[in-house]
Amino acid sequence: MSTVKSRVPAVEGWFEGDGDALRLLGSRCKSCASYFFPKESFSCRNPECQGSELETLPLSRTGTLWSFTDNCYKPPAPYVSPEPFAPYVIAAVELAAEKMVVLGQVVAGVEVGDLEVGMQMELVAATLFEDAEREYVVWKWKPAAF
Amino acid sequence: MAREVAVLGVGMHPWGKWGRNFIEYGVKAARDALADAGLEWKDVQLVCGGETIRNGYPGYVAGAAFAQALGWTGARVASCYGACAAGAQAISVARAQILAGVCDVALVVGADSTPKGFFAPQAGDRPSDPDWLRFRLLGATNPVYFALYARRRIALYGATDRDFARVKVKNARHGLNNPNARYRKEVTEEEVLASPIVSNPLRLLDICATSDGGAALVLASQEFARRRTTAPVTIAAVSTVTPRYPSTVIEMPNFATDSAAVVAAPAIPFRDSITAAAYEEADVGPENVDVAEVYDLSSALELDWYENIGLCKPGGAERLLNDGVTTIGGRVPVNPSGGLACFGEAVPAQAIAQVCELVWQLRGEAAGRQVEGAKLGVTVNQGLFGHGSSVIVKR
Repeated sequence: MSTVKSRVPAVEGWFEGDGDALRLLGSRCKSCASYFFPKESFSCRNPECQGSELETLPLSRTGTLWSFTDNCYKPPAPYVSPEPFAPYVIAAVELAAEKMVVLGQVVAGVEVGDLEVGMQMELVAATLFEDAEREYVVWKWKPAAF
Repeated sequence: MAREVAVLGVGMHPWGKWGRNFIEYGVKAARDALADAGLEWKDVQLVCGGETIRNGYPGYVAGAAFAQALGWTGARVASCYGACAAGAQAISVARAQILAGVCDVALVVGADSTPKGFFAPQAGDRPSDPDWLRFRLLGATNPVYFALYARRRIALYGATDRDFARVKVKNARHGLNNPNARYRKEVTEEEVLASPIVSNPLRLLDICATSDGGAALVLASQEFARRRTTAPVTIAAVSTVTPRYPSTVIEMPNFATDSAAVVAAPAIPFRDSITAAAYEEADVGPENVDVAEVYDLSSALELDWYENIGLCKPGGAERLLNDGVTTIGGRVPVNPSGGLACFGEAVPAQAIAQVCELVWQLRGEAAGRQVEGAKLGVTVNQGLFGHGSSVIVKR
């Protein structure tokens, strides 16, 4: 008997949508229009700005690969690893419009040898870990041409 | 010109994996520093401790923990935290109180006892703590961040893993005769390149270990020092600067950089600004530096520091390394102590240990690793959550 596990975000309020429709949720200051990720709720972090009202908005879902690496060994808790552990890639991607670099895991199947600084990358939703009832979902990067 | 404080004494507990209480390491280092200064514990008017977050409550009140262990004397106390830069925070507080005339003699101590393996966040579920979340959502260990910088160096400047290996080879050779170093063994390029990859492109031997250790300084006002000794080594600057917005290089433990969409990135990036502030305070420049201790969390990161502290232009570090400029005997030796490559990281002790090494170098007491004729040295270090640290030592 197989059951479909429910998919829930691994972190509340950091992104919306599933699959290729995933978008990271950032903040934009209503005074100076500066972007922040993760969201800021009570104060703009631009020191030239006194703004305290920030709106939540989806950020660009594509960007340019700034750098990348992988985890060849299992990270310590609170990371929840599938067993057995499988090495995976982590990417730092610069969002063009927001001009900020955002970290994320890279989807399974991509190795460091597949990547090059400057490549176009896009966001998707993917499973971070699962338990008996649920899949916990997070944003992951994937090469646009992959 | 900023006013200076004298370094009357330095001391360390050797780095290793001893598995004992951090207070024991700190007390040993403190007693050695006091003996080196020719002072007694009861002469100390202020104790500044670098905090450790891995040793329970005594770690958070490290200054008092050391003072209690040495025996309460009524000395004033401060405990300082700045992650890897905690030691510089403690030095900064001691120096400020001496320069303000609050005290004449201060003891600065940092010590740590560390678990095996990767540094992990504090225990317990804390879904609003970015240091917890980076492990939870990304598995972003410290070496992941070091590796992102190393890959960036490869992409921008054509650095190779052989360049990174040569940093380790140099530092291993420097530390061979350092009695306080944990690893005292020559390493070859081939051995580094044959060690397993932890986070590409960094291998096990490119990445610093976590260690137990302790370091201490006895600092004094120039007036007090003149009564005790002639021409002591002095601290001419202590920089504890934070980044300027927007900080556009990804830093531990963050998920993202600041955005440069509205405000342009500052002309001087954070890591460059750390030592720039120290140079300005001491009224010197990189051309005056005879010896440097930089925070080689990874071999590749040492190369970044050459550029950040102004030893060369961006992209010039590999040349500096490969020409032997930063080897003992070269124009500006870097990490004559052996650096983190030979010590491993004992977090709150590390920025203090960097100063200890420069004091030994400037006194001509660095047996087996002496930089001949060194008159001015600079340290640089960085703690997560935006802590810069740089100290200028001179004689």
